[in-house]
Amino acid sequence: MIDRADMMLPPSWYEASARRRLAALLDPGSFTEFLGPEARETSPHLGIFDLPVQFDDGIIVGKGRLDGSRVLVAAQEGRFMGGAFGEVHGAKLTGILRAARDNPALPVLILFDTGGVRLQEANAGEMAIAEIIRAAVEARLAGAKIIGLIGGRAGCYGGGGIVAACCSALAVTEQGRISVSGPEVIETNRGVEEFDSRDRPLVWRTMGGKHRYLLGSAAAFVEDTPAAFRAKAVELLAAAPGLSLDTLRAEQARLAERLRRFGHAKDAVDIWQALGINDAAALPGLETEDFLALAQKVRAGEVRR
Amino acid sequence: MESLSYRHTTPRAAAGAKSSAIIGVVASGNLEVLVERVLPPTSCEIDIRTSITGFGDVWQAVVGDFVTKASPGGLRLSINDGGARPDTVLLRLAQAVRLIEGAP
Amino acid sequence: MTIDAILASLFPGGHDVGRADGLLMGSGRMEDGGAVTVIGVIDHTALGVDEALALSAHVLGSGTGPILVLVDSASQRMSKRDELLGLNEFLAHLAKCLVVADLNGRLTVGLLYGRSAAGAFIATALATRVLVALPGAEPTVMDLPSMARVTKLSLETLEAKAKSTPVFAPGLDNLAAMGAVHEMWDPHLPLSAQLATLLARGTDTTDRRGRLGAERAGRPKAAAIAERVHALALEDD
Repeated sequence: MIDRADMMLPPSWYEASARRRLAALLDPGSFTEFLGPEARETSPHLGIFDLPVQFDDGIIVGKGRLDGSRVLVAAQEGRFMGGAFGEVHGAKLTGILRAARDNPALPVLILFDTGGVRLQEANAGEMAIAEIIRAAVEARLAGAKIIGLIGGRAGCYGGGGIVAACCSALAVTEQGRISVSGPEVIETNRGVEEFDSRDRPLVWRTMGGKHRYLLGSAAAFVEDTPAAFRAKAVELLAAAPGLSLDTLRAEQARLAERLRRFGHAKDAVDIWQALGINDAAALPGLETEDFLALAQKVRAGEVRR
Repeated sequence: MESLSYRHTTPRAAAGAKSSAIIGVVASGNLEVLVERVLPPTSCEIDIRTSITGFGDVWQAVVGDFVTKASPGGLRLSINDGGARPDTVLLRLAQAVRLIEGAP
Repeated sequence: MTIDAILASLFPGGHDVGRADGLLMGSGRMEDGGAVTVIGVIDHTALGVDEALALSAHVLGSGTGPILVLVDSASQRMSKRDELLGLNEFLAHLAKCLVVADLNGRLTVGLLYGRSAAGAFIATALATRVLVALPGAEPTVMDLPSMARVTKLSLETLEAKAKSTPVFAPGLDNLAAMGAVHEMWDPHLPLSAQLATLLARGTDTTDRRGRLGAERAGRPKAAAIAERVHALALEDD
């Protein structure tokens, strides 16, 4: 449901529900959902905590078309339980990835929006992450492409961040964040002097989309719109690298080089300056076009996974 | 958790032919409504799961108000509630009916 | 069991497993002469970018033959530096190296003998095809006091709920109920024999953990949900 006022503004990926994102990303009318809300496959565990369930357990999986080509999709709803992985939620993604393994002509688009593992189902969520990782690797070894799209309000944290790095390529927006430990956890563990979780510029410098793009963690940086993600997804699918022992060796070298160049950096600003960006302080404020123009010149090695 | 269920008769069936629709999100102050065209044309049912107990009277009034306005004959509306206020509930119920009726 | 005792019991024929900065890297010799690549995280060491990279280097540089991952780690290292440098990629890379090796015919076996948590658990023990444990192992996703803080429930409430379900609280029994741990090993019997039996049995590369979780009732829905989605996704249009 969109009222007329919404239609005046370009739709924001960040603000949109998972269902809206899918509807806008895929070719109109092409989406078929698997185990949708009518199936009522809800969490068997949330009741122990007197928490309400959601009929799709916070993830929508199905198939559709992207620019005419068949794709499998999984979209996390970041506003339900923080988009976190529970038993059913995770299993839906595992099933999608195993299908891609068995039919590698079907690429997978994962619309990440997750705080990580759902604490109330922590052990089941952790197992889901493990099974998803294995299924993703199997799929990619079979030749399937997996593209991750990151720009939702929950970010891509914890086990979700590890799954993201198993994708063929990632597209991220300025609002997107990718990290294993969240800001509060770092602050609790290391003290506010090392990391003040309420310092939003610090959080975005450290984990946000612009930094991840400059570092080479994400292959693409896009505007916060479904149209931008759609165009980039098509591009990334065409160019997505494979997975093999050779690419793993190249990745080993790339990560070793990253540690060599930036391992002593105290802050993202140090890394950006080392990359040759003269006015690092201005970087967060740059509009997409200017940021991309600057990034193309300096960003760290192209991602080869 | 509390489960509530209300059955009403309606003067007419909901329009359109779509078999189901979904609206909303289960988050604090929000709710999801799954609507399915599965009942006889002048029957409707609203099923609610909520973790905020003791508000049966309020739900009953809200549901009654909605049924009178929308005449959702043939529809079962299933709600997972995250603690929404009555006006949000009414909004989502109305959105759900509009979606399944195929209205823009 | 101490790590020295474990290594001695695993490889009575000898091993060259070196220890540095909380990591193990090397290889051990089985009684039939076969070599087993060994990596590990010991002494409750946190797994950060440097540690993960060192372990993945060893996996990639080791020849053929099975890989044994010994685990007594903390969680991932929770620091600004590690996240700044992209810890998620380093942990994923280690997991990928293990899974690719496994799918290329190098059976990966995890041996959990101490602690492990969260991201470290995912990148090591849970990245193996078969995970075994010794009594006393303590796998954790999140400790209960932290969970109490985040969920705003009291520790007593969480402990009470943990009595009725294995789905969230730390502990070997709970992770076993999830299907994470395939079998328990006996510290009073030679570990070399138990490893040899496991290697000889050979398993295919199918991920059995969902099925185990259903059989043990810890994860009643995961395997069936994954199978149904898998089947639906492969149906012709």
